[in-house]
Amino acid sequence: MRRVYVAGVGLTRVGRHFDKGLLELAAEAAFKAIDEVQLKPEAVIVANMLSSTLQEQDNLGSYIAGGLGLSGTQAFKVEAGDGSGGAALLAAYSLIASGTVSSVLVVGVEKMTDYPTSTVYKASSQVLDAEYELYYGATMASLHAMMMRRYMEKYEVPRDLVSEWPVLMHENGAQNPFAQIRRRISKDDVARSQIISDPITLMDSSPLGDGAAALLLVSDDEASRVQSKPPVELVGVVSASDNVEFTARSELASIPAAREAAKKLQERFGVKAGEVDVVELHDSYTIAGLLLLEELGIADRGTAPRLLSEGRFRAGDRPAINLSGGLKSRGHPLGATGVYQAAEVVMQLRGDFPGLRQEGAETGIAVSMSGVGAFVSVALFRRV
Amino acid sequence: MSMSPARLWRNRIPRYRIVGIRCEDCGRAHYPPRPACPYCGSRNVKTEEMPKRGKVLSFSITYSVPEGFRARSPLVIATVELENGVKVVAPLTDVDPSQVSTGMPVEAVIRRIRESGRYGLIGYGLSFRPLRFGS
Repeated sequence: MRRVYVAGVGLTRVGRHFDKGLLELAAEAAFKAIDEVQLKPEAVIVANMLSSTLQEQDNLGSYIAGGLGLSGTQAFKVEAGDGSGGAALLAAYSLIASGTVSSVLVVGVEKMTDYPTSTVYKASSQVLDAEYELYYGATMASLHAMMMRRYMEKYEVPRDLVSEWPVLMHENGAQNPFAQIRRRISKDDVARSQIISDPITLMDSSPLGDGAAALLLVSDDEASRVQSKPPVELVGVVSASDNVEFTARSELASIPAAREAAKKLQERFGVKAGEVDVVELHDSYTIAGLLLLEELGIADRGTAPRLLSEGRFRAGDRPAINLSGGLKSRGHPLGATGVYQAAEVVMQLRGDFPGLRQEGAETGIAVSMSGVGAFVSVALFRRV
Repeated sequence: MSMSPARLWRNRIPRYRIVGIRCEDCGRAHYPPRPACPYCGSRNVKTEEMPKRGKVLSFSITYSVPEGFRARSPLVIATVELENGVKVVAPLTDVDPSQVSTGMPVEAVIRRIRESGRYGLIGYGLSFRPLRFGS
């Protein structure tokens, strides 16, 4: 197995880019990543969820590669719902580690703001079971709401304590220039904001936004040829799937795939999620962030909100969680989100993240998830 | 969702009669039906009609409804645990959303779920309503 390094990263600020389509968004992030080392990648992997539904554009690999002036490369799209970014990293890592290619450009891109919210909610809820959940009008929010209600009842956690999560996310994201919502909020703001799917409020939910993020990955041979040696290694990517239907889960307030992915991380790399310096994880809704902390073994069951209220997981603590502001504040452009998380972890390790920093960070993980946990991946990065 | 007659027809039995599967190897039941057991992976599964009563395990009251559901807002979606322990996700009906609570006994009924346009197909499906004394 060849080692894999990150030669370049690029981000677009998440937001409502009415003047930009998929290609323009992708170009902004991809050109930044490529220009760090001026290297034409051998392959392009596009992470995206809804181009087929919202942009009526398939063949996305060729569409993006061609549009970026990279036709001739091996190009395709990877889709794993809103965990597509993590799945694309797994594919890219495998292509290089196996010796199939020496460089891969991973571009995550999603365009969500051209349509009314109800249209986008319906489309993004396609990660659920089409015949037995989506058919009945269930959404990402309503399933997360059932997890949240169950969690609050099971562990007797009051609304106020749960609100610790979005408050911290906005505190972190306020300093991230790439974040969609850069303002602080209070626990009162969370409780009083519009109800999306009771008990989930607007401030428990990630915003809808367009975005693109890119990572240029290279093999060790290629790394020695580029001008400046890449300082961060992608050590590996593990992932686990779970049944798409929510009803297969024995406990509603759980994400079994996250537990499984954390187990694989430890078995393959001897690393516990709680022992790294920085973590970017998938908080599409408040409850997802809290449950991931617990399922990954970073917090004990039912304790994540209390630990947050005691000041844990901020910059300087180990691990520091979502210094980007997470999906809540940075934003959640579905298929692109996992690539954002990876780029943010890489910048933390390089020491050039333009927001809140974890000083001296040496290891970090990016945790991508789809739906209510049908797919979870963990990408492990290390400063070399 | 674009509905087609074949698509609605194909799922009519599991959807209207709550027919799931039981694994002949590990003994566990599951809904909706799958070609293999989600718990042990065995392909030795048989279809089985599930009980029609259960209790609300968790629920959500959705105001931000997806396209096509505006007339039904707020939409109460619940996870119901049937009497045999199998879980089902379906809307609650014939109930004031403020009266819904976890643990509430419910029974299955068939309801109109969705339409494709004014003159298009009508999709029916499962809903649960509160179990009333004597019903």
